[in-house]
Amino acid sequence: MSRKKDKPRKSAAEAFSRRDFLKGAGVAVSGGLMVGEQVAGATPPEGATQVLGPGAVPITLKINGRPHKLNVEPRVTLLDALRNHLDITGAKKVCDRAACGACTVTLNGNPVYACAVLAIEAQGKEIQTIESLTTGGKLHPVSAAFVEHDAQQCGFCTPGFVMAVKAFLDKNPNPTMQDIEKGLGGNLCRCGTYVGVRQAVLEAAKAMKGGKAHA
Amino acid sequence: MPKCKYDWPEAGERHLIGTRIDRIDGPAKSSGQAKYTYDINRPGMLFGKIVACPYAHAKIKSIDTAEAEKLPGVKVHLVQNVGTEIQWAGDEVVYVAAPTEELASDAVAKVKVEYDVLPHLVHDEDLSKVGDRGKPAAEQKSGDTVAAFKDPDAVISEGFYGTPIVTHCCLEAHGQVTEWADAQNLKVWASTQNLSGLPGAIAEAIGVPATNIEIFTPYMGGGFGSKFGPDRWGIECSKFSKEVGKPIKMMLERDLELMMAGSRPSHYAKVRVAAKKDGTITAWESDSWSTGGPAGGGKPPIPYVFNIPNQVTRHTSVSTNTGPARAWRAPNHPQSAVLTMCALDDLAAKLNMDPIEFFHKNADLASERTEVYRQELRKAAELADWQKLWHPRGDKTPGHIKRGLGVSMHTWGGRGHNSNCNVTVNPDGSVEVALGSQDLGTGTRTIIALTAAETFGLPIEAITVKIGDSKYPASGASGGSTTVGGVSASTRRGTIDARDQLFAAVAPGLGAQPDQLEAVGGKIQVKGDSSKSLTWKQACAKLGVKPVQVTGKNPGLCELGSSGVGGVEIADVSIDTETGLVKINKMVCVQDCGLVLDLKTAESQCYGALIMGITYSLFEEKIMDATTGRMVNPNMEFYKLAGIGDIGELVVHMMTGPGYDERGVIGLGEPPVISPGAAISNAVANAIGVRIPTIPITPDKVLAALEKGGMA
Ligand code: FES
Ligand code: FES
Repeated sequence: MSRKKDKPRKSAAEAFSRRDFLKGAGVAVSGGLMVGEQVAGATPPEGATQVLGPGAVPITLKINGRPHKLNVEPRVTLLDALRNHLDITGAKKVCDRAACGACTVTLNGNPVYACAVLAIEAQGKEIQTIESLTTGGKLHPVSAAFVEHDAQQCGFCTPGFVMAVKAFLDKNPNPTMQDIEKGLGGNLCRCGTYVGVRQAVLEAAKAMKGGKAHA
Repeated sequence: MPKCKYDWPEAGERHLIGTRIDRIDGPAKSSGQAKYTYDINRPGMLFGKIVACPYAHAKIKSIDTAEAEKLPGVKVHLVQNVGTEIQWAGDEVVYVAAPTEELASDAVAKVKVEYDVLPHLVHDEDLSKVGDRGKPAAEQKSGDTVAAFKDPDAVISEGFYGTPIVTHCCLEAHGQVTEWADAQNLKVWASTQNLSGLPGAIAEAIGVPATNIEIFTPYMGGGFGSKFGPDRWGIECSKFSKEVGKPIKMMLERDLELMMAGSRPSHYAKVRVAAKKDGTITAWESDSWSTGGPAGGGKPPIPYVFNIPNQVTRHTSVSTNTGPARAWRAPNHPQSAVLTMCALDDLAAKLNMDPIEFFHKNADLASERTEVYRQELRKAAELADWQKLWHPRGDKTPGHIKRGLGVSMHTWGGRGHNSNCNVTVNPDGSVEVALGSQDLGTGTRTIIALTAAETFGLPIEAITVKIGDSKYPASGASGGSTTVGGVSASTRRGTIDARDQLFAAVAPGLGAQPDQLEAVGGKIQVKGDSSKSLTWKQACAKLGVKPVQVTGKNPGLCELGSSGVGGVEIADVSIDTETGLVKINKMVCVQDCGLVLDLKTAESQCYGALIMGITYSLFEEKIMDATTGRMVNPNMEFYKLAGIGDIGELVVHMMTGPGYDERGVIGLGEPPVISPGAAISNAVANAIGVRIPTIPITPDKVLAALEKGGMA
């Protein structure tokens, strides 16, 4: 359970394998860009040596602009830290092993699967969750486009999808349909809302550039 | 003819019905504010986890929880006792609960259970290998199949078709949070399709009256037929919570969710079917079998849609150790569509007939919906550009990409369930409808609000809808496409009564009789004289201090809905004969469901059903290992769901207007999910000239079939 910080950059599979309940190295396959980002973020500073755990350790997470102090075991994922320790439940737990995207949040603006990031590794980064998108009761253009194009049914995949779309559009302001299908392949929906999602992404892209104001 | 007191407005008088309304809980969902069962955290709550049996068939020899109980704060609860025979891998033996999830996982690892392993069976595709696990049912017969198959004019097609077990894979796993307010009163947040039914379903088992149990389901993350009962985990966690004096959240982890929280039964059949040379279907003979786990699998409704005059069917139910069956969106129909529509498509190919023409010709056999099917076949063919794109079996164009089109038809009931609601119109003008239903993602809240707003002539935002609490008036389970018909009918009756009471209160002031009034555009006015009117708020103020409170019911006076829909779907696919990959170019869904209330959410049901259909046609299978008896893909990397890039272009057309609207409201959740398997299988056969007998149509099956006799 102990975590040595003196190792060079780890592969995604190694990073995950520290978690007791993440068995199997196959977890990284569908992560693509997101997992890559997460691992890059986990790179320990050169030469630093620090052993954490196995007991709970105090950490600080900067979530939606506010610091949160909590005590978690080093094996606790960012997703469990958010949901179980801080009662920030917008990011959903579905597969818990980097396969579905329901837990998507952003770290320094990059989308990650929060179930595949350890909470301790998210320290010092800007963590943004779905909760931050609505300001003063006004929906973010991506959320508004999801409503307008009915890109949600049960809505359980939706917060993760909205965060993935937001991060995607921040980097791809003028996406083609092909870009959308490639760039958002890491979020799965069982109710089958992809037709609405495709429309919503195009619509939100316009709105985020000021092309169309959303109510 | 006088209109019945409770009726839907005529086409010209509707202001919301049939338009495209945003779902009213959309903002809560897309902003992450919606709280699901999985999101409920209660003070002092423990996290529950399951010690599951790793064997498909075994007897529990011993259970030792001592080591687990040494962990700080860990509690255990025995679910099954020594000596119990377990019938599927994943079945629960012990529950543990701990203050953190991590500790609960540690505790699971420390529980020791020993088993006597027994022989298991987890496959049923080959009936000759199931031994005494197969139980044949009595043959069913009508007409004279012997004569019909012997007819010298008969063209006969024979084939083997099938669908394996698939699971529900609801993104919100099964589970609940249980909390005792005191020794006699229980609160349960449950991810359920049957909120109003749960108190009664758990009361006896936990020893308190149903009235002391309150269920909350403000939002739920998918059910698809798998979440009707409290389940063992609902009952045992209620007891466990009481034992430890703390709330417990226990949601299934993804592996157990896929292993044991729901299987759609397999269905396989050897089919013989005959038609005259002119294409008239004359005879059907099938030997089918299926499994839905230990209890076996019932006979599917085959031949499907077409009531073939001479038919004989034999069915064998196979008991396996694959985990228990649960209703899966349109139970037995997607499988029946594959068994029937693929067999008929092969027959059409043998007759050298265009399958659309063939289905047209035989639509008389589709009983009372003949005309609906004919219209839908025409519309679907038009939207799919069938005339231009369809070709006889086998795409003869050069190159390794082969394109094909396939069609299928389906049917469903969808009559509204029993439903009660409370409608309140307050003197300040606010309006509330409260109802013990749940929104599975179909748009139930929106339909209730829309119906009330239509009756009161108000914008939809003016209506407060309260669902998701079992203390509200009871409404039926959300299954079988019964919810929209039920809740819209109870709401319509309740709001009409409430409106009439409001009319009675304001009529004297307007110098009119109550029946001369109408509620339109946010006003109560004298019909045909808008100068005599009150705003809604002014009108409600006339109630003084007493709100209008009425109960709406379904069923009740006057029919507001009916039962029975058709539906036609076409798939357009391309197959890479070098890799075996099937790509969806386009899917067309043409669907009727009587009077469409919200066109936007109705279309969403169809889009979603097409996507779910593509998923089970190309990817989904509960893959079982013969040796260990375990599911090999209990995760979302290998139990694959279609992604946003896998679905091609989807076209949905709802049949509405004269001939459809008069049927009233009919459910829509199930029907459009029925045909994709058959339509896609038929499209693949049309493209490569050879039938892939079973879905999902995976590359290995395509390549094997091409090797055997396709056009590679
Ligand atoms: S829950 Fe994190 S990717 Fe599925
Ligand atoms: S909306 Fe239900 S899983 Fe996506």
